[in-house]
Amino acid sequence: MNYYSIRAIYLFEMARTWRTVLQSVATPVISTSLYFVVFGSAIGSRMVEIDGVSYGAFIIPGLIMLTLLMQSISNASFGIYMPKFSGTIYEVLSAPISYAEIVIGYVGAAATKSIILGVIILITARFFVDYHIDHPIWMFSFLVLTSITFSFLGFVIGIWADGFEKLQIVPMMIVTPLVFLGGTFYSIDMLPPFWQGVTLLNPVVYLVSGFRWSFYGLSDVHIAVSVAMTFGFLAVFLTLVWWIFKTGYKLKS
Amino acid sequence: MASIIEIQNLNKTYDSGFQALKHIDLDIHQGEIFALLGPNGAGKTTLISIICGIVNPTSGMVRADGYDILSEYRQARSKIGLVPQELSTDAFETVWATVNFSRGLFGKAPNPEHIEKVLRDLSLWEKRDSKIMMLSGGMKRRVMIAKALSHEPKILFLDEPTAGVDVELRREMWQMVRGLREQGVTIILTTHYIEEAEEMADRIGVINKGELMLVEGKTSLMQKLGKKELRLALREPLDAVPADLNDHSLALSEDGYELVYSFDSQQEHTGISELLRKLGEQGIDYKDLRTRESSLEDIFVNLVHSNDDTVAG
Repeated sequence: MNYYSIRAIYLFEMARTWRTVLQSVATPVISTSLYFVVFGSAIGSRMVEIDGVSYGAFIIPGLIMLTLLMQSISNASFGIYMPKFSGTIYEVLSAPISYAEIVIGYVGAAATKSIILGVIILITARFFVDYHIDHPIWMFSFLVLTSITFSFLGFVIGIWADGFEKLQIVPMMIVTPLVFLGGTFYSIDMLPPFWQGVTLLNPVVYLVSGFRWSFYGLSDVHIAVSVAMTFGFLAVFLTLVWWIFKTGYKLKS
Repeated sequence: MASIIEIQNLNKTYDSGFQALKHIDLDIHQGEIFALLGPNGAGKTTLISIICGIVNPTSGMVRADGYDILSEYRQARSKIGLVPQELSTDAFETVWATVNFSRGLFGKAPNPEHIEKVLRDLSLWEKRDSKIMMLSGGMKRRVMIAKALSHEPKILFLDEPTAGVDVELRREMWQMVRGLREQGVTIILTTHYIEEAEEMADRIGVINKGELMLVEGKTSLMQKLGKKELRLALREPLDAVPADLNDHSLALSEDGYELVYSFDSQQEHTGISELLRKLGEQGIDYKDLRTRESSLEDIFVNLVHSNDDTVAG
């Protein structure tokens, strides 16, 4: 394993985060805080509890999951897209580094940023809403696993994208609707039976449900299904990354 | 002389069907400056990109310092530094950060002393804390060279190193390249400036339409393919070259005022004295005479054009 190479990519990417701290850290924290203010403190105080959990506390796992998915995808996709865009990718491709090591560097940095953001938002939520965490180890495991998994997806998107617009398509047009319709703001038990069935086709339901279970012991689907689905996503995205490097798709001619 | 790069039967066909390299066989000697010349689209950058790992070869074998570039890519690539043609830099990074990043990327432990030496050698030390986007084009080119040298490579590829660089900086870079060669670094450069190859290279390779047309020591190439001309400015114009002078390789200018005699300067008897004597006998008077030697550029243009004609024919 070429540790110096992985370290170089990882530190380079983390340095970019701190250089753009307003955009990378402050913006998602502020926007998520607004959700807490509006849906947690303002509207939430007038809503009934869901399975004994206040509405403000109920939405915390979903909102953190929203940030994790969006930030993991955008950090990782931007991280690999920028060298392609600026032409500096030549250096990575000509370095004595394996594909796995390249991925560890970029995905590791993107996942680290997402985990840091998730923790910051969790701490920020305390200022607006009272919550508890029943299974902290599971909670942190979901946080880490989701960040890594969707950083892989972001890496794939960054390779696939040939313009800044494409970088935004998947997070904005696909992930955001799936998260909003995936039980972030409600329990799927609250939907009519037909829509409950439809909602189960939404993969994000399993992520939000599992993460919420780690907080309050509440879940829309069994925790084992959530864990299996998360690993399933990881397997799919890993396969895509493997295929990209095997074929040189959009990297090597 | 030991080869540091060995290329055998290398071919590259892009997905579009374009065959960029055709059966390339080439050995680069350790410690030499090798200039690869060729017109645009000849395959120079493809060849370099394959050796450096940026483009996949279709078939063939390449070894760098004895290591196969595919099966032993870690060892092979760690020996190579690349300065690409395009000025591709991380605009928002500082010079210091980006050069250190390159060293780490190539698997080397941090070595601030070496980085400082590289930056000082390239007159970049004062700019080490500057963001790259604040630098001039010439300075950016130096940064790219510094990045390529950060991991102490044994082989340095310079793809059009002085493109868009002013004359003064170009001469400084030539000096730097010679300095690197003295330190044992093998340099392979592609250039459009034939003068650059003539000035610096030990050996020359000419590539055209994906085929390596020749590889020759610069001096022997210029001796072998270089021509010398004697140009005589006549007092009175001629209608044609006199029949008595047909044995000599003579050409007459369109206006009839200049006779051009091509000869091999390496031969003991160039035929000049005989020609001048015959001109006197014929009563052809001249007011001036001068000689001109072919430059590498003339040789290059002739080679490429004759190849084009052969292909077209």
